[in-house]
Amino acid sequence: MAIQEQRLIFKHIDEPGYTNDIDCYIKHGGYEQLKKAVTMKPEDICAEVLESGVRGRGGAGFPAGMKWKFLDRKSGKPIYLVCNCDESEPGTFKDREIVHQDPHQLIEGMMCSAFAIQAKLAFIYIRGEFFQGYKILERAIEEAREKNLLGDNILGSGYSCDIIVHRGAGAYICGEETGLIESIEGNRANPRIKPPYFPAALGLYQCPTIVNNVETLCDVKHIIELGGKGFAQIGTPGNTGTRIWCVSGHVEKPGYYEFPCSAVTLGQLIYDVCGGLKPGRKLKAVIPGGSSAKILRADERFTGKLKDGTEFDWGIEDIPMDFDSLMAVGSMSGSGGVIVMDDSTDMVEALANINYFYAHESCGQCTPCREGVPWMRKVTQRMVDGEAREEDADLLKNIADQIAGRTICAFGEAASWPVQSFIAKFKDEFVQKAREQAARRKEGKAAATKTTLI
Amino acid sequence: MEIKNIVENITINIDGQDVDVPKGTNIIEAVKMVGKGKEVPHYCYHPKLSIAGNCRMCMVEMGMPMRDRATGEAILDDDGTQKIGWMPKPTIGCATNAAPGMHIRTNSEMVKESRNGVTEFLLINHPLDCPICDQAGECRLQEFSAEHGRGYSRFTEEKNVKPKRTKLGPRVTLDDERCILCSRCVRFSKEIANDDVLGFVDRGTYSTLTCYPGKELEHNYSLNTVDICPVGALTSTDFRFKMRVWFLKRTHSICTESSVGANTEIWSREGKIYRVTPRRNDAVNDTWMTDSGRGLFKSIDADDRLTHYTIDGVHKTPTQAAVAAAELLKAGDAALIGSAHSSVEEQFYYKAIADRSSAKVALVSHYDSADGILQSEDRTPNLRGALVTGLIDSLPEAELSAIAREINSGAVKTLFVVNEDVTKLGIPADALSQVKVIYVGTHANETSQGAAVVLPSLSVFEKDGTFINQSFRLQRFKAAVPGPSGVTSDFSVLEQVAASLNDEKPAAITIDVAWEYIAKSISQFEDSLRWRGIPDEGLALDAKAFLDIPFVETKNLKFDPVAFKEAHATPAGA
Repeated sequence: MAIQEQRLIFKHIDEPGYTNDIDCYIKHGGYEQLKKAVTMKPEDICAEVLESGVRGRGGAGFPAGMKWKFLDRKSGKPIYLVCNCDESEPGTFKDREIVHQDPHQLIEGMMCSAFAIQAKLAFIYIRGEFFQGYKILERAIEEAREKNLLGDNILGSGYSCDIIVHRGAGAYICGEETGLIESIEGNRANPRIKPPYFPAALGLYQCPTIVNNVETLCDVKHIIELGGKGFAQIGTPGNTGTRIWCVSGHVEKPGYYEFPCSAVTLGQLIYDVCGGLKPGRKLKAVIPGGSSAKILRADERFTGKLKDGTEFDWGIEDIPMDFDSLMAVGSMSGSGGVIVMDDSTDMVEALANINYFYAHESCGQCTPCREGVPWMRKVTQRMVDGEAREEDADLLKNIADQIAGRTICAFGEAASWPVQSFIAKFKDEFVQKAREQAARRKEGKAAATKTTLI
Repeated sequence: MEIKNIVENITINIDGQDVDVPKGTNIIEAVKMVGKGKEVPHYCYHPKLSIAGNCRMCMVEMGMPMRDRATGEAILDDDGTQKIGWMPKPTIGCATNAAPGMHIRTNSEMVKESRNGVTEFLLINHPLDCPICDQAGECRLQEFSAEHGRGYSRFTEEKNVKPKRTKLGPRVTLDDERCILCSRCVRFSKEIANDDVLGFVDRGTYSTLTCYPGKELEHNYSLNTVDICPVGALTSTDFRFKMRVWFLKRTHSICTESSVGANTEIWSREGKIYRVTPRRNDAVNDTWMTDSGRGLFKSIDADDRLTHYTIDGVHKTPTQAAVAAAELLKAGDAALIGSAHSSVEEQFYYKAIADRSSAKVALVSHYDSADGILQSEDRTPNLRGALVTGLIDSLPEAELSAIAREINSGAVKTLFVVNEDVTKLGIPADALSQVKVIYVGTHANETSQGAAVVLPSLSVFEKDGTFINQSFRLQRFKAAVPGPSGVTSDFSVLEQVAASLNDEKPAAITIDVAWEYIAKSISQFEDSLRWRGIPDEGLALDAKAFLDIPFVETKNLKFDPVAFKEAHATPAGA
């Protein structure tokens, strides 16, 4: 029996007859929350957001209300709000749907947030490949401006704020908040060193800046509607609100599915919601939060203690889909990109594919990531190409260990976690690969087998 | 009379040792203060540039004393000391500022391991061509690889290929494969030279240092990028492949290009100078100097160098020439054209010679446009010296037409010229032919050609001496290479001229003997001051007596005339 979705952010996504223009949005009750918000005290909205416990949907899962609290309000400099719409984590495709199908929800969420933090100006940083999304947002902002929902003196409240849509030029690193800020400023998206450049104090143009994910900003709208307490009742304590899980890979019905946090387990998500694996296939592994999250092996037993002290003993199918549970099993919910792999997957090839991506996207600013990640790519590529060595697994692990925690931004971790976890859990396959190739070479055959890699 | 800002000191603990450092000092500098050769290895950090934090070599472990979050009380260890909360990850020393109670480990396993990792990463795509690389011997990558590397390579893949032998500008050659992308040169061009021409193109491991399209690295400070390049990526086109740096002798000197008096180092071997680089002096030039100042040494080997003492064109001994000069001066009606290129010691002697022969003294100004950095308006190194020694008491004129008039009227019959071509300064050749000329200088010119007596002198690279720069800082330079054979030290010849004027026997003079007289007779110097006693970073003199002189220098890198005047009008502690 399929489990029923509970859509909050995606309520109108794919709804027949629902269009992305402002009239349709208002007809469905849109902009009511903004009207409410501008009558509230900004600090009260901040308090509601803090009480809601909403955690960032971009990857790190940091409480948004807390982030807002860190804003340097004493500096006297203007405050900026930036919406991070540089959705580029492999396996994630939720923000694009919001922008394409419900852009006004984002705009309303942003204006509520901008009012709450008293932002002088708001930006949407949209990745360069989302050209359609960019045009949709531009039109939506124009529509909203005509109705005085943004711009000068919004709804007669005396508060003014505009939104500028800034297109990226197609780089994963622009999703890193300080890299994104550099990019808006017109520079190479080289992430900044922290300290001292924490965006909440020294962000865009060295002014206090809040960078939030698209989904997080949409959540703010619903927090105003439901109240912080009401919103916190969705999900479980510490894991509030809904999450959109973008399921891809070897399932019958890949796609986006929205559930309250903890409402489904990974097993339910794969077998009940997504219709299970392809016929005759067995589950081999799952990457639960976008390609940088650590991989989970299907036959693992996960034991340990949750934050609140309760002990758990789960198989992969029992893991509740929320922030803390996925963290507890050694991975993360990240950006919600669930990548499912069945037993037809060659783990070396899968890792080679992931490494290819990160090596291509490293910005090249700091040494460990710039040199280490392409090295890992070269190693895995060589393994796929028929030159695998048994010691490569240990080498890969060691390179990844030398990157993680030593870089300017979290990209270093993002690139080394897949390698660390693939080797930790599938080392036998990496060694096996080398032995098979050696055996084939001995028989006079080509060492490499056909691959599906680009 | 140094003006120092009072900075609060704080105590931090480095490898178990308490160290007092000024507040705000970063960990790299703080560790240097521990002394004993202790250092945090680093590539991208430079004390005079902004912090980039990209090389990740200066990783240290950092911990702070732990406090209970609720009560704010110190959490104590079993032995009663405050517990230290160590960060789980290493942190970069360059961007970490010392805070009270901070604990630093510069040599723990985690630190060693991360340095080892960074070193390995930097080497995998490095061409490892030290045997043919000019930087070898002064290469951070080479040094740190030996100290912190694993000694063998685990990299079996193909290395990246990048552009080689790129001509970045008229004086700088770039090898991109050697580049470790530390961005020092990029930051220097932007922040110090104010010419933002360098940058990176392409992404990730293919990042490549390059010049802005259609532009060149041609500003007058481009060779500083070569100095600060920690590897052999940027090399001086002039110095390339000339000499291994470990063969070169280093001599402290002063740049004579302008009154800034940038501190320099002369690199020479067997009497030949190979290059000139800046020497750090935070009060004068930080760690920089101009490209034009680096090329000045080339003139010492010029064909028109004066190498013989002559009387009426006939070679003589130094003593004969000096006595002949004194005889001419004794005849009276003499004028002395001094030079702000002369050292303080020489100017002291010129003053004595002028006094004893009752010669009137004139200097010529050499002003040009300034760049606001390290090239000031006054293109002589020692105008302040001429004032301090009393050779002149006001700023020099731009030319010598006043002297020319006196020659024409017969009031001047002998001209003692130091290093100037007076024919280009308002004394036409026909006027010059009416007087007897004594010429002291390094190079031949129209004035020296007709001179009755020629006393060849040594260049700044060949003698010991001092200059006084725009901020009245007495700075010492040392001989790096010997002068032309047969040319003796300038002040021993000048001593002979001066002694002959008084009909005395000349003393065998050395620079320290000369300073016994100089220190006694000039009020700005302590009586006990000797040339050898002048510190390497120079000595700030009391400039009170000269504050009303309208010097031409405007604000540049380390000198602000307005602030200087204010500070010296009311001495510190007053």
